[in-house]
Amino acid sequence: MTIFAEKKQLVAPGELLAEGSYFPGENTYREGNRVFASRIGLADLVANKLIVVPLKGCYVPRVDDFVIGRVVDIAMSGWTVDISAPYPALLPLSETPAARGMAPRKDLTRIFNVGDLVMAEVIAFDRTRDPLLTVRGRGLGKVPSGRVVHISPAKIPRLIGRKGSMISMLKKVTGCDIIVGQNGTVLVSGRQPKNEQIAVAAMLMIEREAHTRGLTDRVSEMMSRELR
Amino acid sequence: MNKPEIRLIDDNGLRVDGRRLDELRPTKMEVGVLDKADGSAYIEQGKNRIIAAIYGPREAHPKHVALADRAVIKCRYHMAPFSVEERKSPAPSRRELELSKVIREALETSIMSELYPRTSIDITIEVLQSDGGSRCAAITAASLALADAGVPLREIVAACAVGKINGKIALDLSDIEDKEGDADLPVAFMPKSKAITLLQMDGSFTEEEFNQALDMAINACEKINEMQIEALKRKYISVKEQAEESREVAT
Amino acid sequence: MSWTPQLPPVAKIEQKTIVDLIAKGRRVDERKLTDYRDIKIETGIVQKANGSAMTHLGKTKVMTGIKVELGAPFPDTPNQGVLTVNAELVPFASPSFEPGPPSEAAIELARVVDRGLRESKAIPLETLCVEPGKKVIIVFVDVYVLDHDGNLIDASAISALAALLTSKMKTYELDGGEVRVKDELLPLMIQNEPVAVTTAKIDGSMILDPCLQEELVMSSRLTVTSGRDGSLCAMQKGGLGAFTDQEVRQAVRTAIEKGKEIREVIKGATSGR
Repeated sequence: MTIFAEKKQLVAPGELLAEGSYFPGENTYREGNRVFASRIGLADLVANKLIVVPLKGCYVPRVDDFVIGRVVDIAMSGWTVDISAPYPALLPLSETPAARGMAPRKDLTRIFNVGDLVMAEVIAFDRTRDPLLTVRGRGLGKVPSGRVVHISPAKIPRLIGRKGSMISMLKKVTGCDIIVGQNGTVLVSGRQPKNEQIAVAAMLMIEREAHTRGLTDRVSEMMSRELR
Repeated sequence: MNKPEIRLIDDNGLRVDGRRLDELRPTKMEVGVLDKADGSAYIEQGKNRIIAAIYGPREAHPKHVALADRAVIKCRYHMAPFSVEERKSPAPSRRELELSKVIREALETSIMSELYPRTSIDITIEVLQSDGGSRCAAITAASLALADAGVPLREIVAACAVGKINGKIALDLSDIEDKEGDADLPVAFMPKSKAITLLQMDGSFTEEEFNQALDMAINACEKINEMQIEALKRKYISVKEQAEESREVAT
Repeated sequence: MSWTPQLPPVAKIEQKTIVDLIAKGRRVDERKLTDYRDIKIETGIVQKANGSAMTHLGKTKVMTGIKVELGAPFPDTPNQGVLTVNAELVPFASPSFEPGPPSEAAIELARVVDRGLRESKAIPLETLCVEPGKKVIIVFVDVYVLDHDGNLIDASAISALAALLTSKMKTYELDGGEVRVKDELLPLMIQNEPVAVTTAKIDGSMILDPCLQEELVMSSRLTVTSGRDGSLCAMQKGGLGAFTDQEVRQAVRTAIEKGKEIREVIKGATSGR
């Protein structure tokens, strides 16, 4: 059994990661006795599983993901929501808190209208059906206000950080409320526009340098400098 | 009436642009050159100047072209009117339509399209200047753009053409060599799988000449593949170096 | 036939952010209301073309190629050369662009750029006649939009002008009934520099050079093209909203002033070629 890539090494599609009985994890594939990368990213070995943490790629919904999406259409009994995935998401009327005791012919636009931003959770998705959303739950529902930032979904884990460490630092230093959707849509609201601007700048810096070391310190330094 | 054969190889064995028979034209590749597209790449190979860019996987339009078990790959190869000596009409020619098809087929094998059923992956190639071997340079750029977009690939596809000029097998024909030469063989190749995904030929080859030409093409594709991987990583490496260096300066 | 396009893919609160900022005199990218984004011009990238210019206006990128060829004149102008402008919105320039014949947006773009060049008499078509009634010089201006981050008209006009200013052509002479081509290359004669300046109206405020996010929110736009002596050669209002006559006059004034600045940038980038 041999591993050809170092931990955190930048690998390209088709590059050989290892030979032997390794389990091919996300963004890798196995051919015969060998495991290759299928996406540009950083190689890693977790238990006996070879994975590539991707640096680029579209958002693929997972059940229980928290997402922020935009209502694009109103159907008979629900709404079509754009969650920046290759598949349009469906939010059925039955998955809203208002649904209980609501007359069937009531105007759906009273709840959500085209152009509204909603905070939702993915309750179902597999590749044969479009993702299903719910807004029944604490902290879910229409977004009333705030500044929207779009970040590459592949960089969201880095933006959140291990156990939320990075995002907590951003919130603490800028004093802003920051809500991060797994689909790359982020909501920022602060009392001062300057603080919002700095939070946005920090997020864009993290997006650009997600694959580098010492990022947390550099972001922290940048924010302190700008706040002075 | 036979027109006199133009000398494409001089007494020193050098070609019109000074190259040896087995030499690739100077090649430059850059990734991520466009802001809006999900992935993009720019290639200069000799006088070829080509941009390729990707959108997707995204919703398929119109809905009826969507496939139940995999992504639809759409590919458009187009030459700008100013890309050739005599201005070309912007409307797609039959040649561009044929090339759109063979290029799509060359790239489709490498794409793990079964991971995104009912979606579309859209490849657009625009040739800003063409000087022979543009379909190969287009495939090289498009495959790089797919990797830049984060589309899952078995590997990156490289392509190169080999031809015959003044009776000799030559690598990477320029436009004049293609026009005045005796044969042209564009090839697209995936080096790890050792798979040929595009193969076309026009002109005349003996079987022996063909085998020799194919070897030369495969060899060149392996070198081009290394350049592609370097170009793909370069952007991230330079960001990393700049970022980590600034930290050292600050402390 | 023309029909109302799809709503822009922007959430209402995103639109509100832009509108609120503009009401405070600021924009999403920190510009002032009358600031243009950075303009970068690279010429001569396509050597097979008689001239070429790649223009960056912020993140918007437009490449224009010029081809100069011999052809037949229009029947009603037998002693004049021909200027023809074509624009393509390349599918990769925006997630909403689709392949196919030019859309109404591409056609409008081409015609507005054309009007600026034609009405300013930038190219003296009377000097492009080789054999009256039979052979004249045709100047093809092909505008290729490669990356759409707003204000395609201004970016395309800058790109087309820069390409023309750096174009070279062979000389064609009539010699005893035959046209002789001399390979010696001379600059294409350009005698005016039309510059298009687009003003966008967002919730009552007027801003210059809208980026894509701002275009998705604006109610309408007014493009004013002026020549080197400040005279007006073309105008185009676009979008569903309306302008007051006061706003129009102000936009014209601003366009002439701003046009002078942009003209200097273009001349600086294309001089000495």
